[in-house]
Amino acid sequence: MQIYRAHVLVCTGTGCTASDSERVISELEKQLQEKQLTNEVKVIKTGCFGLCHQGPIVVVYPEGAMYSTVKPEDVPEIVEEHLLKGRIVKRLLAGDKTAEDVAKSVENVGFFKRQKRIALRNCGIINPENIDEYIAFDGYKALAKVLTEMKPADVINEIKKSGLRGRGGGGFPTGMKWEFAARTTGDKKYVCCNADEGDPGAFMDRSILEGDPHSVIEAMAIAGYAIGADQGYIYVRAEYPIAVKRLRIAIDQAKKYGLLGNNILGTGFNFDLELRLGAGAFVCGEETALLASIEGRRGEPRPRPPFPAVKGLWGQPTLLNNVETYANIPVIILKGAEWFSSIGTEKSKGTKVFAVGGKINNTGLVEIPMGTTLREVVYDIGGGIPGGKKFKAAQTGGPSGGCIPASHIDTPIDYDTLTALGSMMGSGGMIIMDEDTCMVDIARFFLEFTVDESCGKCPPCRIGTKRMLEILNRITEGKGEEGDIEKLERLAKNIKAAALCGLGQTAPNPVLSTLRYFRDEYEAHVRDKRCPAGVCKAMISYMIQADVCKSCGVCARNCPVGAIEGERKKGPFVINQDKCIKCGACVEKCPFNAISKNV
Amino acid sequence: MKSIAELEEIRKKTLEEISMRKNKNGMRVVVGMATCGIAAGARPVMTAFLEELKTRNLHDVQVTMTGCIGVCRLEPIVDVIDTDGNKVTYVKMTPEKARRVVAEHIVNGRICHDLTIGAAEKE
Repeated sequence: MQIYRAHVLVCTGTGCTASDSERVISELEKQLQEKQLTNEVKVIKTGCFGLCHQGPIVVVYPEGAMYSTVKPEDVPEIVEEHLLKGRIVKRLLAGDKTAEDVAKSVENVGFFKRQKRIALRNCGIINPENIDEYIAFDGYKALAKVLTEMKPADVINEIKKSGLRGRGGGGFPTGMKWEFAARTTGDKKYVCCNADEGDPGAFMDRSILEGDPHSVIEAMAIAGYAIGADQGYIYVRAEYPIAVKRLRIAIDQAKKYGLLGNNILGTGFNFDLELRLGAGAFVCGEETALLASIEGRRGEPRPRPPFPAVKGLWGQPTLLNNVETYANIPVIILKGAEWFSSIGTEKSKGTKVFAVGGKINNTGLVEIPMGTTLREVVYDIGGGIPGGKKFKAAQTGGPSGGCIPASHIDTPIDYDTLTALGSMMGSGGMIIMDEDTCMVDIARFFLEFTVDESCGKCPPCRIGTKRMLEILNRITEGKGEEGDIEKLERLAKNIKAAALCGLGQTAPNPVLSTLRYFRDEYEAHVRDKRCPAGVCKAMISYMIQADVCKSCGVCARNCPVGAIEGERKKGPFVINQDKCIKCGACVEKCPFNAISKNV
Repeated sequence: MKSIAELEEIRKKTLEEISMRKNKNGMRVVVGMATCGIAAGARPVMTAFLEELKTRNLHDVQVTMTGCIGVCRLEPIVDVIDTDGNKVTYVKMTPEKARRVVAEHIVNGRICHDLTIGAAEKE
C-alpha cells in the first residue's frame, strides 16, 4: 500500500462542479505529474463541504487547510508553495481574509464552528465513489450490529427512543412510522426513499446522495430488517445526474461486497435495492404520488388513509422516508438513542440541514442542532446580509412554508416553533430576505410555482390557486381592488380545507404568512398603489434630477430601450416614462447619482 | 460475500490509508523544503522517509514540509516531533540517515544524537 504524505480533497458536488472543479482537478493532476509528486500526493474527489458560494473548494490534509474559489490558474501556486515547499497559500484560504488570524484549517472557519454534522458527517471527508472509505469511517457497522445483535423490535425501539422525526417536511416521528409498517402484515413489504427534492432552493438531499450515498443505502437495509422487507426503491429526480451516478456506483459496490443482495454478512437477511428516476414533477415528492410513479403510473396523489404503511407500493405495506432521515439512522444505531436525543430541543431531536440562500453572504449548506436561533444562522454562520442591509424575513419550507419576520429572529428553530410562527420546517430550504424584498412579490413567486406544479387532480388546488395567483398578479401590477385581500384569505382557507394532498393544502401558506406579518405591504399595494420595497415595476418610476445631472449622456448610452432623451452638454437628460422598462441600468451607471427611484 | 470480520479488516486497512483526514495523534516528520533545502537534496530525503515508513507499515506517521528556518548551511533539515510535542532537529540529512532515523528514533524511540543540530554545531 502506498503511503501518501498529503491528501488533496476537491469537492465534486453539483455546486463546485458548476464552478468548474473538474478543471481544477485535471490541472492538479497535470501539475503533480510535472513535479513528480504523484507518488506522494493523492487527489481525492469528494462531496459537498457546504460552502457552495465559495466553490470550488479544495482541502489539503494533513494540515486541513481549506482553499476556496480555486481557479485552475491558482493550482500551480498551491502545488509549488504548499505541496512542494509546505507553505500554506494564505491568499486562497477560506474565511474572512481580512481577519488577522487567517483560519488555516477546516475546523477554524467560522462557517463550520457552530455546525454539528451528523447527516453530513462524511460529506467532504470521504470519496463517495469508494465504499472502502465509507467502511473506514464506521460504514456498514450499524447494519452489522443490527443484524447480529438486535431484534427488529429493538431497532424500532431505538429509533423511537431517539426522537428522530421525518426530515422531509412533515416531521412525523420516524420510529412510529417504522412500527406501523412492521405491524402490518403483507405478502411482501417495501422500503422506499424519497429523493425527489423539489422545493426551490433546497439541495441538502442532493448533497447527501452526492457526498455519502452509502449512508442512505445502509439505513434502508436497516429499515428493511426492522419492518421485514427485502426490496427497496430510491426515487430520485433525474435532474440530479451526479447523485444518480454516485448512487449507481454505490449500489454496485454494496452488491459486490454482499452488503446488498442475499444472505447479507452471512446472517440470512436478504435486501435488494433499485433506483427509480423521477421526471421532475414537484407533486411526486408527495408520498402517494411518488409511489404511483414508482409503479409506472401517472404521478398523482390519492386520498389517505390508507397510509402507505398499510397500503403502499402495489398495495403492499411500504415504508417511505426522506434522504436526510435515513442519513441519521446508522449514527443513531451506533451511538445510541440517548446520545441522539441529547441534541436538540424537547420535541425536536438531533440536527437539521438547511440550504441557506438569498440575500446572505455565505450561501450554502449548514447542519445545526435543533434549537439554534435564526439570528445565529443568519449572522454567525451565514456571515450576515450583503451590503450591510437590514434583515427583513426568512422564508422556510419552500412553497409549503412561510416567512419568519425580523421580530422573531431570536426564535429557536425547531418543528414546533416554526409551525407556531405560521411557517414550517419543510425539507430545509431557507431563503434570507433583506429590506429590498417585496413580500407580496415573494408570495406571488411561490404561488406561481405551485400553480405550475399542481397536478390538476382536485379542483381546489387546480382552480383555487390559479384564482389566488390572478389576484396577486393584479395587486403587484398596481391594479389591486378593495376587498382583494379578504378574497385571498377566503380562498386560502377553503383550499387548505379542501385540497386532496399536501401540495394543495399548504399552497396558500406563503400568502397567509406574509399577510400575517406584512399586511401593511399588501394594503400599500392595493390602496396607495405603492410598493414600499420598490420591487413591483408597475408602481415605481425613475427620474433624473435636473439640478444634479451633468448631461454626460452615460445613462442614455446604457439604456437598453432608448428611453432617455437629451443631448450631451446641453442641459439635463429626461426619461421618457412611456418607453422606460424600469430595469434600473441607468441608476447603476450614473456617475453623479443623479437618478432616483420613486417608490 | 463479505463477512463481518472481513468488513472490519477493510475498515482497519482503509482507515490507515486515510487516517490523516481523521486523527492527528502520530509522530510527525517535517522536512525543510525551501529552495535551500531542495538544492541540498531534501527531496530524496523525504522520499526515503516515505519509502521506509511504507516498508515498516507506519501509517500513523505524518510527513509534511516546511520552509526555510534560516540555517541554510545545515540543510537538508528534518524535524521529528513525537506525540508529546518534543522536537528533535536533524541536519545535513541523506536518504541513508533518513532510514536510520526511522529505525532508531521513530520505531525504537532512541534519538540519533550524532545527527542532531547540537552535534553538528559542536564540530
